[in-house]
Amino acid sequence: MHKPFAVEAISLNKHVSSSEARLTILENLDLAVPHGERLAIVGRSGSGKSTLLGLLAGLDSPSSGKVLVDGIEISSLDEDGRAAVRGRKMGFVFQSFQLLPSLTALENVMLPLQLAGNDNAQSQAKAALDRVGLSQRMSHYPRQLSGGEQQRVAIARALAPEPAILFADEPTGNLDAATGQQIIELLFSLNTEDGTTLILVTHDNTLAAGCRRRLLLNGGKLDEMRGEELVA
Amino acid sequence: MNAAGLAWRQLKSHWSAGDIRVLMLALVLAVTATTSVGFFTDRVESALERQGAMLLGGDLLVSGAKPLAENYRLEAERLQLASTATVEFPSMVLHGERTQFAEIKAVGAGFPLRGELVISDQVAVAGVTPGALPAAEIPAAGTVWVEPRLAKLLDLKVGDTVSVGEREMPVSAILERENSRGGDMFSFAPRLMMNLDDVAATGLIQYGSRVKYQFLVAGDVRKVGEYAVWANKVAARGERVQDVSAARPEIRSALEKARQFLGLSTMVAVILAIVAMFLASLPHVQRSLDTYALMRCFGASKALIMKILLWQTFMIGFLGSLLGCLLGYLAQAGLAALAGSLFLEALPAPGWMPLLSGMGLGLLTMLAVIWPHLAGLRDVPALRILRRDAGDIDRRAWAGYLPITLVIAAMIFWHAGSFKLGGATLLIFIGLLSLTALLAMFGNQVLQRLPVSKASAWKLGLAGLKRRPLMAIAQVAGFSLGLMALILLALVRGDLLNNWQASLPADAPNRFIINIQPHQVEGVKSFFTEAGIADAEVFPMVRGRLVAVNGEPLDTTKYDDERARRLAEREFNLSWAANMQADNQMLEGRWWTEAEHGQPLLSLEQDLSETLGLKLGDRLRYDIAGSMLEVTVTSIRKVEWDTMRANFFAVMPPGLLEDYPASYISSFYLPLGQDQSLNRLVQDFSNLTVIDVAALMEQVRGIMTKMTHAIEYVFIFGLLAGLAVLYAALVASRDERVREAMLLRVLGASNRQIVLAGLAEFLSIGMVSALVATLAASALAWYVSVHLLNIGYQFNLLLALLAFAGASVLVPFAAWLGMRGFLRLSPRQLLQSV
Repeated sequence: MHKPFAVEAISLNKHVSSSEARLTILENLDLAVPHGERLAIVGRSGSGKSTLLGLLAGLDSPSSGKVLVDGIEISSLDEDGRAAVRGRKMGFVFQSFQLLPSLTALENVMLPLQLAGNDNAQSQAKAALDRVGLSQRMSHYPRQLSGGEQQRVAIARALAPEPAILFADEPTGNLDAATGQQIIELLFSLNTEDGTTLILVTHDNTLAAGCRRRLLLNGGKLDEMRGEELVA
Repeated sequence: MNAAGLAWRQLKSHWSAGDIRVLMLALVLAVTATTSVGFFTDRVESALERQGAMLLGGDLLVSGAKPLAENYRLEAERLQLASTATVEFPSMVLHGERTQFAEIKAVGAGFPLRGELVISDQVAVAGVTPGALPAAEIPAAGTVWVEPRLAKLLDLKVGDTVSVGEREMPVSAILERENSRGGDMFSFAPRLMMNLDDVAATGLIQYGSRVKYQFLVAGDVRKVGEYAVWANKVAARGERVQDVSAARPEIRSALEKARQFLGLSTMVAVILAIVAMFLASLPHVQRSLDTYALMRCFGASKALIMKILLWQTFMIGFLGSLLGCLLGYLAQAGLAALAGSLFLEALPAPGWMPLLSGMGLGLLTMLAVIWPHLAGLRDVPALRILRRDAGDIDRRAWAGYLPITLVIAAMIFWHAGSFKLGGATLLIFIGLLSLTALLAMFGNQVLQRLPVSKASAWKLGLAGLKRRPLMAIAQVAGFSLGLMALILLALVRGDLLNNWQASLPADAPNRFIINIQPHQVEGVKSFFTEAGIADAEVFPMVRGRLVAVNGEPLDTTKYDDERARRLAEREFNLSWAANMQADNQMLEGRWWTEAEHGQPLLSLEQDLSETLGLKLGDRLRYDIAGSMLEVTVTSIRKVEWDTMRANFFAVMPPGLLEDYPASYISSFYLPLGQDQSLNRLVQDFSNLTVIDVAALMEQVRGIMTKMTHAIEYVFIFGLLAGLAVLYAALVASRDERVREAMLLRVLGASNRQIVLAGLAEFLSIGMVSALVATLAASALAWYVSVHLLNIGYQFNLLLALLAFAGASVLVPFAAWLGMRGFLRLSPRQLLQSV
């Protein structure tokens, strides 16, 4: 029996119903992401990229179809079951950083470790912040950090529990070009070091270009992109 | 890390965001107000018990008309309780040519077991008694002590000899004060006290004599309780067991009102604090939603989130309550100091109950405040991280608000102390909230339709109201309650407390004359005229015993209540009048017309009718000097006993009782230094008994003054809680407001436009709140005046206008102060501050 995929989606559908109409966001979508792969999902704004990421990470549940993470069918689990899988296997980096404003950088990084009941939360968090070059700013609050620094904290937080899969949702979306570039480089280099599966959602072609595999989400379906393809 | 650790960490980090601080402050206020007043009333309660014990002369009293069985003494000995006995009987006392009817009290060694006897060796001159000291012993065998009144009537001084029955005994002291002299104020003649061992020698107690035998015990509370149970079981027919609950009704009444006042003040403070807590919880919950969504994203289970939530609620509740209890303990010391020498001795130390109730209140209220949000917070989807609107709490789920409503209702009834006042307050509270919501909705509709120029700041502000209708209603309710407390404070401080004190004016009656015979009425009236006493009234009084109700002979044993049995057994003072006394208040039925004079009708006092279970339409048969008179109850009145005026439980129309043997009673104010003229009157009519209630009135007046201070002190909590509500109402919408301001700034709005929009919004909220608050405060003040104090209420228009104008300025100004800091920031900085 072959090793299960890191993430696998089978006939995934997602509809949103409103009083006027039924909107199809994803339609019969299939996807298999092997372990260690670095995948970019690109698409226009509103193409459903974030919805797909939410489904793959178990933040949301599909209208129909299956999502398997490391062979576990998370789409059939309840919220708590999915949360447990996320806690064990996944890390997240968001466009808007999602740091808790009332926690220091170190406390933010410690949070997922503490939730997992990790006894060495503090030392592991410190090590993670050190990796992203913020060992001098551990006791700073998010509002005292620049946008780039906040995203570094978020990356440290995502990697500290050593997840098997890292989801990144437009990680450079809130940053200027130069800072964005630094963040991408950091993210990719750490990903290479750890051998983590990285699933990246972006509309930024440069960012996508750094990934071995790129998929274009269009009209609710995924298409493999070749190197020269660009998102209009 | 476990849930408690996570909760604590989160709490510490959230502390920097203001809302938890407001939540905590409000909680501390609620608990401080409750515990300080709780501790204080607890102490007043114990002091009252002790005072009751002093009035009784012991902790427990057994009395009967026949000599009491030896068992009573043996049981007291067995339980190692202190005990003594007394015998009371009326008799004539002679000194030379003068005779006077007196109440003789023969006391055993050790009397009184509680309280003291104050004696002196001279009769007071102009109200000042030289050398009065607590007596160390009872009168030595063969000697007597006499009251100043008896000394005056018999022209006695220490060393003179009086005849009591067959004995001649020297007066060894003047009995200045006997705390144990409670009971029916109108029934006693002046006191002569002697040693129990001398009773037999007087030969006064014979078969058929009217004698009251008493046996007193005192000691350990538990043992006294045990003794009480035993005594009630063995008490023979006609024997009564009395405990310390029988304090003077006048003092009870004044204290009861004071307690209601205190309760009302505490209630206002506590409700406001709960409202402030609730308002402050809203932004806290909003913030927590994002935190928990993120934690869900990182793998936290619902159970863990729930544990963290409950731990956090417990931690805030515990810390706030603990701090509140500590502050409450300190604050009650201030209250006790203000109440000062209200009582005969220093207030006893407070008990532990208020501490428990304070902690209970704090924890329960915290849970109730968080309750409506618990499920929403627990179930917040991780998806909220990606879509901000996912998992917003539905604030319109009314069932979630049931616990907090119950807590508020419980607070109201607990502090109101009476079901009626509690019910009225609850109605006012619910009415206030409904009125607020209605007015806010209505106001919103009207304001939206006002013709305003295109994109004016006013329109922008009103649009803000429309976007947040629920928040607007919550804010109006919050502001209204806060303002109401402030207005009520002004009303109570100014009008109500003054009116309460004025209900016992400086010239309230301080003397009673009883036993006036019909032929002496004119003489007494002319004395009033000569002494310049204008408003003295003389009331007729006929003694009658209630023998049957609705044709059924009265069976007093059917009353479980000791007091009811006593009331039913004793003789009633029946009076008649053409008009109802001015200080009475008609509750049910109606007063008789002139055409009904002479008809068998009866007006009863409310407390009596309730105790004896009598109602309108009941036919009561009285035995008056051997002949029967049946009357129908046609009205129930409320009587204010602490006004010190002569009043009657049962009044009939004129033309019904005139033929029965009557005596008259009068109450009047005797100015200081007029005692001589009164003494002349008493010399002219030696059968008259004058009762001096000046000391009692001073005590009542002292309670009023001191309790007024105590109430004003408690209102400081109300004031603080009111301000906390105002602040919490501002904080509740601050984040959203800042976000909007930021957006408007990005879109190119000037600071001026934003300020004006904010001011317009808060001016509307302020005006609606001021209107509601003024109405509600006036309604509450009216209720307290009319139903609690029985004094007329006058709507204070000036204060209402001032409050309205003040609130219309204060609310927008406070809002501007709160927003000012943010207006200086750039949109970028604003973004980060949210």
